Amino acid sequence: MVLSMNLDKLFGVHAQAAQLRSYRGEVLANNIANSETPGYKSRDIDFKTIMKQAGSTESVSLNANNKAHFGSSNQSKLHNELLYRTPSQASLDGNTVDMDLEKAEFSKNAMSYQVSMTFLGGKIKGIMSAIRGE
Amino acid sequence: MSLNNIFNIAGSGMSSQSVRLNTTASNIANAENISGDKESVYKAKRPVFSTILESATGNNSGLSGVKVSQIIESGGEVHKRYEPSNPLSDKDGYVYMTNVNLVEEMADMISASRAYQNNVEVMNTAKQMLLSTLKLGQ
Repeated sequence: MVLSMNLDKLFGVHAQAAQLRSYRGEVLANNIANSETPGYKSRDIDFKTIMKQAGSTESVSLNANNKAHFGSSNQSKLHNELLYRTPSQASLDGNTVDMDLEKAEFSKNAMSYQVSMTFLGGKIKGIMSAIRGE
Repeated sequence: MSLNNIFNIAGSGMSSQSVRLNTTASNIANAENISGDKESVYKAKRPVFSTILESATGNNSGLSGVKVSQIIESGGEVHKRYEPSNPLSDKDGYVYMTNVNLVEEMADMISASRAYQNNVEVMNTAKQMLLSTLKLGQ
């Protein structure tokens, strides 16, 4: 029997989710770093919408206009998805970073990242035990 | 890689906040300075933060942290005090005091150290995320 195995299929949505989580971590880290910058507007991405898009295109394609390019992952596309957060209590200097919210979201995001990693680890363990046949 | 970029962003936040702590320390240390001249007396210093523009760093993620764009001198009014016995006093017997407001500086110090801690937290979390990625499949 020929076992045709596609690693992208094996990892399913978790690989993309992890990638998106790490990008979102970057966005939130940027908000926290700019918590005291006058006029800075807090940013975030809509995880659900982007995940839906990723699910519909099956796999994440890489942008490259030259054969020598590796294609800089889909991150260059991701920053088009950046949105502005609706401020609940904007400060006088025009900064809309709500530190409590950002910290909560950052921790939540990190937890979800760990979840993705756990799932991916499980998949790898599963396939490894299938390969070894022990 | 995004996770590595978190270190850069949080690092830029930490270094900006430490500049802010530095100006606060300088302001508090010089809070009691006096001078015989309105112009030369120490003025409170304040850092101005600005977001680093993505195009400036060649970073394509659309995000790249914070920097101190300049340090300005506070334009607050300099108080004068009548002290003719002071060797520093001017010809009318006045000495000029700094415009440092200690209460403001203490509040600023707490705010800066909290913001610094937040960035440290972010860095620690990013480190854990990176380590769990490295452990994948083990």
